[in-house]
Amino acid sequence: MSKLGDLGARLYRGEVGYDFVGKRFIWYGVSILITITAIAALAVQGLNMGIEFKGGAVFTTPKTAVSVAKATEDAEKASGHDAIVQELGTGGLRIQISGLDTDTATTVKKQLATDLKVTEADINADLVGPSWGEQIANKAWTGLGIFMVLVVIYLAIAFEWRMAVAALIALIHDLTITVGIYSLVGFEVTPGTVIGLLTILGYSLYDTVVVFDGLKEGSKDITKQTRFTYSEIANRSINGTLVRSINTTVVALLPVAALLFIGGGLLDAGMLNDISLSLFVGLAAGAYSSIFIATPLVVDLKEREPAMKALKKRVLAKRAAAAAKGESADGEGPVGDEPQVVAQGRQPGRRP
Amino acid sequence: MAAPKKGRRPTGAQGRPGRALAIILIAMVALTAGMFLSKQTTPRLGIDLAGGTSITLKAKSEPGKPDAINETNMNTAVGIIERRVNGLGVSEAEVQTQGRDHIIVNIPKGTNEQQAREQVGTTAQLYFRPVLAFADGAPAAPEGAQSPSPSASGSGAPKAEDGKSPSATPSSSATSQGRALSEALKAPNAPTPTPSGGESKKADDNKAAPTPSGSASGAPSPSTPPTGEDTAAAGLQEAFAKLDCTNEEQRAAAGKGVKPEDPMIACGQRGAAWGKWILGPAQVDGKDVKDAKGIIDPQRGMWIVTMQFTDNGADKFAKITGELATKQAPQNQFAIVLDGQVISDPSVSQALTGGNAEISGGFTQQSAQDLGNMLSYGALPLSFSEDSVTTVTAALGGEQLKAGLIAGAIGLLLVVIYLLVYYRGLAFVAIISLLVSAILTYTIMALLGKGIGFALNLPAVCGAIVAIGITADSFIVYFERIRDEIREGRTLRPAVERAWPRARRTILVSDFVSFLAAAVLFIVTVGKVQGFAFTLGLTTLLDVVVVFLFTKPIMTLLARTKFFASGHPWSGLDPKRLGAKPPLRRSRRTAAPAPVDAKEA
Repeated sequence: MSKLGDLGARLYRGEVGYDFVGKRFIWYGVSILITITAIAALAVQGLNMGIEFKGGAVFTTPKTAVSVAKATEDAEKASGHDAIVQELGTGGLRIQISGLDTDTATTVKKQLATDLKVTEADINADLVGPSWGEQIANKAWTGLGIFMVLVVIYLAIAFEWRMAVAALIALIHDLTITVGIYSLVGFEVTPGTVIGLLTILGYSLYDTVVVFDGLKEGSKDITKQTRFTYSEIANRSINGTLVRSINTTVVALLPVAALLFIGGGLLDAGMLNDISLSLFVGLAAGAYSSIFIATPLVVDLKEREPAMKALKKRVLAKRAAAAAKGESADGEGPVGDEPQVVAQGRQPGRRP
Repeated sequence: MAAPKKGRRPTGAQGRPGRALAIILIAMVALTAGMFLSKQTTPRLGIDLAGGTSITLKAKSEPGKPDAINETNMNTAVGIIERRVNGLGVSEAEVQTQGRDHIIVNIPKGTNEQQAREQVGTTAQLYFRPVLAFADGAPAAPEGAQSPSPSASGSGAPKAEDGKSPSATPSSSATSQGRALSEALKAPNAPTPTPSGGESKKADDNKAAPTPSGSASGAPSPSTPPTGEDTAAAGLQEAFAKLDCTNEEQRAAAGKGVKPEDPMIACGQRGAAWGKWILGPAQVDGKDVKDAKGIIDPQRGMWIVTMQFTDNGADKFAKITGELATKQAPQNQFAIVLDGQVISDPSVSQALTGGNAEISGGFTQQSAQDLGNMLSYGALPLSFSEDSVTTVTAALGGEQLKAGLIAGAIGLLLVVIYLLVYYRGLAFVAIISLLVSAILTYTIMALLGKGIGFALNLPAVCGAIVAIGITADSFIVYFERIRDEIREGRTLRPAVERAWPRARRTILVSDFVSFLAAAVLFIVTVGKVQGFAFTLGLTTLLDVVVVFLFTKPIMTLLARTKFFASGHPWSGLDPKRLGAKPPLRRSRRTAAPAPVDAKEA
């Protein structure tokens, strides 16, 4: 750990660092590629919608001796529809029959009870009409819309509109990736997935906000100094908050991973599983986007500003002059009695 | 979030860490005590964990009634469904609206699921039926005879007087006595409301007869002489005599499955007590009511219910009131029957033509509006479709809860291990903070189960697990800030204080975003999703509370201990490990602290 701690220190001092901002076009490219793949997958393959969207029933039985194949046959005979049967960690069966409506499901349940030799009362039934998932999805879209508007307003006030825009793009990016992965892998989309997807909103932004907060602090009074351009400060901010970002992401992912593992291991395809799967994918995407996409986007937007352009000119001019004098004045690494450059947000005041 | 005034706030917090800790300790003790006092030591479990049936209904929008799905209608529907489900003898069935157009019916295990679904789904029936006989709710009970005195004479006497006095009086005196008794029906705008006009006088006189039997539970049967031709069958008489309306099951069974064209026996509430009726065939249908409202009559200053009938309904209503007006009490009354239960039995003194009528007497605002709602919506104000039905046996519910708890425990353990490895001594602060957060979450959840009916469902468990990450995040933000300060070459005490304002801002901003997401999710979604959003929102709020009132003060206190302040290798705050600057620079730095401070604020 001392190594990691040391890395943190060196990152903090700007001794090491990855040029996130400078190489942003590579990462933009990567993201665009992923996004295109996601959209293509979505267009070609679509999503594997769960029964909540098609209407149907999921029956969960207690431990039974009946084989999966036999149960599938029974279920299809009883219902006249296709059935998917899985064995659960509990020894019971999960029988999913699509196309059933809530009225006919009761008779199928009865039939299943006789076929599988369990009592009817012991079968859990989850019956959904075809519009149920759609409603949840509709509400989710509404929620998404409201949330985006609110959060953009909030970020625009708490930070500035450029950050709000960048955060929004990063958010859409995360959602697209998540949906794309669902489409590619063919995970089933259930209301649980939708919940997870909505939660990603909060998480993705949580991460972005932490990075932006560092950036805001670092770029305070930026025009009063001539050592760094905005993009350099932004890059420092990202590196400075990198340890924090990694830690918060790891810590957020751990419980979700546990949920996913337990949800998958002990209870196949339960709600726990659905939520945690989309959360897991979305969280990872969110961590990536806040570092590689959101902040560089802010830089792109910010450096269009006349004030930032002027600053860049001044900084470059000063560096050129210093280079002419054969001095290094770009603040890379601890130089002479100017150690404070490593501290974000300190540079301006410490300038002689 | 606003930057605090320079130096003031940090110093304050630094100076009184004990106070914040005391506050949170008191809160924890109070919540825990409250939990034990209310005897609700575990969170209430949702249907998906406790076992039972959860039915989600969606109001269907009907053509021509674009505004039908509104709050009032939804609430009326909930009231009706609730009565129906609980009429099954189910206790603790829970009916609530969710979102704009959903109703969730949760029925605990051990109930006939099919019956429940039938009951919930069918449209309620509202009919106006003539009263053939009335008696007190309980079957003739011997002990009833001994206790009629105070209430019977109390209400009986003024009633008799009222017959002669202006009709405004009886209604007010009746208020305390159960509204149905004094309810009278008349055409609105009748020129004779106040001065004892023949009509209102007669109504009151007539009512004087059933009054003693109604309130003085003493002599029920004698006061209900059934005229042979009106009473349909002797069997009905017999059933009527046996019927005990104080018994919930009998009550529910009484009006069940009777066709509108057949006479029936029914129960209903009269004030605080139950009454029972023999009722003739339905004369007017709920659908015949065009509109009904509970309004306050400005002239008499009392609540009344006005009714407006459709053309067809007006004819039927005129006919029946014309017939009833000629009869003796209680047969001059008609009963408004909803789902086989009498909800009102106003008396009639004249034929009411013209399609408008009002019921007056003894209403409170609530009761008038309730009746108005029930009448105007015929039955269920809206029609519903079943969106999803989930039945969960307790065994599998328990399995899922167990899986959730194991997942939570493992998730927590992983977080703890990671924190320990990475933050060493500092991790204990985080772990204890997580524990404080867990205690607060648990006790609040348990209390909310009683308070607002919060039920912990599976997604809520999931939300709580996910929240572990959010809560731990805020510690990381703070710890990293402290470490940054130490890297700057500060000693721990100032580092803890200087790191706080900046960490605080980050924590607040990011928690706000999280909370916003949870709040939006909670407001727009339905059913299971809400549980998830609720837990997420609650834990995010608690995160802020814990970080402010616990983590920060504890850090202030720990900064005074030698173990942490000296940067013990295991404290997680070892300056050397963190790569702090050599002391030489630190001294330089401390020599000129002023400009740095200025920027900190």
